[in-house]
Amino acid sequence: MGELRAYGALAGAQIRSAMSYRASFLTEMVANTGATVFDVFTVLVLFRATPAIGGFSLEEALLIVGLSSAGFALADMTVGNVDRLKLYVRAGTLDAVLVRPLPALPQLLLMDIPLRKTLRVVFAFVVLCGAVAVNDIDWTPGRLVLVVLTPLAGCVFFASIFVISASLAFWWVDSGEIGAAFTYGGRDYTSYPITVYSSWFRALFAYAIGFAFVAYQPALALLGRTDPLGLPGWAGFLSPLAALASASVAAMVWRIGIRHYRSTGS
Amino acid sequence: MISMRNLRKDFTVRVKASRFRREKRTVAAVDGVSLTIDRGEMVGYIGPNGAGKSTTLKMLTGVLTPSSGDVSVCGLAPVPQRTRLALRIGVVFGQRSQLWWDLPLRESFRLLRHIYRVPAAEHETRLRRCRSLLDLDEFLDTPVRQLSLGQRMRGELTAALLHGPEVLFLDEPTIGLDVVSKQAVRSFLGELGASGDVTLVLTTHDLADIERLCERLVVIDHGRVVHDGTIEALHARYGSRRSLVVDLENPLPSGFVLPGATLVGSEAAGHRVTFALDSSAAGAAVAGLVAAVPVRDLSLLEPDIEDVVARLYRS
Repeated sequence: MGELRAYGALAGAQIRSAMSYRASFLTEMVANTGATVFDVFTVLVLFRATPAIGGFSLEEALLIVGLSSAGFALADMTVGNVDRLKLYVRAGTLDAVLVRPLPALPQLLLMDIPLRKTLRVVFAFVVLCGAVAVNDIDWTPGRLVLVVLTPLAGCVFFASIFVISASLAFWWVDSGEIGAAFTYGGRDYTSYPITVYSSWFRALFAYAIGFAFVAYQPALALLGRTDPLGLPGWAGFLSPLAALASASVAAMVWRIGIRHYRSTGS
Repeated sequence: MISMRNLRKDFTVRVKASRFRREKRTVAAVDGVSLTIDRGEMVGYIGPNGAGKSTTLKMLTGVLTPSSGDVSVCGLAPVPQRTRLALRIGVVFGQRSQLWWDLPLRESFRLLRHIYRVPAAEHETRLRRCRSLLDLDEFLDTPVRQLSLGQRMRGELTAALLHGPEVLFLDEPTIGLDVVSKQAVRSFLGELGASGDVTLVLTTHDLADIERLCERLVVIDHGRVVHDGTIEALHARYGSRRSLVVDLENPLPSGFVLPGATLVGSEAAGHRVTFALDSSAAGAAVAGLVAAVPVRDLSLLEPDIEDVVARLYRS
């Protein structure tokens, strides 16, 4: 209880700090929304050239984009700023975080609350709602639960990827943008039906890492389509499990990583 | 209160060996330090740059994981019990701020109250005390980014003390401060230490900090403790003694012996002589001298701790 109050106070402080630079807050908010709009446009543009991608119609593909970007936008807003860890590790500012009586990760997340990314989340959910509406979904209680859980599971999944790739900085200070290959790369990957990728690429990213469970498999389950790649219909319902698995891996990597923190001189 | 046994911290560094090749090398930043610090002690930690002072402090506060050895602070193991320990210690890093850059100092203090879950009344009492001792009132509503270094440091000290820590760790608290601010920080810490309920551990390059504040001095070099004891013990060990310079009416009679002191020099045809005192108390020697010969003037010179330490670093 006391801890929640502490987090609330930290969040409030961060928002007040951000508001002391009002103009930059507004420009960043507009720029950020632009980024998500473009993601969706890319998919629309692709369908101007071809009526189907990887065996999926525009409406079906829109559902995949919607699920993927809703999950990603949520994760990016809440956890995405963890990629600034490499700056804190390089500058040694993590010291100040570590001497406070709160776990380090939540504190870091609250060191920058990207309110500027809120419009992005709103836009992603608008696309998702639109996609759900244009597809002819045979609603069952199971599917109703699935359509609500999938963006949340996607958020947890992407959040784990964000934390794991940020943790690289504990071992490798100049990890640079390599983490972005998995975070932003992951978002792009999950925006399309995974049938478009070559088989080794699919085996690694979609199944071994688990990106297939962010949007593709749940979309199939919602649409009631059989998987052209052969997974059973209930595979779509596995996405919360995939999210939990990724979260526990992320927690482990973080915990090991923070013990490798080297700080800086003086 | 604090104990370290064979504490070690190794860092792997990559050294450029040739144009394309880099070699891994292990460097011991802290190389087997064993120390015990009791409740209420004020300990000064000094050593040249890179000696391992800050690394030790960071292991004591749970920021860094020791490579080997045991460490315990307030009966807790710093890394596994980091958040519990944080409630009982205060930390001031001279070069890193604990405060919120864009918010007024007052806001930072209010936030810290929530983070450390301090009851409002206790918080108020401690803050009032710091406000009067450190003269915070004039800049309490200024955003931290606009504070001068001296003002910020006074804010940092307050921030570290608002939760009533049992141990206060200070990493170069006076670095970069002007004389007046240094004085303010020192006298505040002096008062804090004198109250006896806070254990103080500070690292510094400024030996005046130590002379003013610390009973006990730990000198560390290349990750090892090279001296642990009082400043007097350091002088005794390295042969630096206080000296008594005396101007005399007449040169000393030959064979003159002053108990508790050794004659080490004579100038101006024997009218000015210098004695090295055997102990730190000068009273007996001065009294003995004045009783034996007519004295025109005398002065007592403190040994220069800077010299002692410089000699220590070189050896």
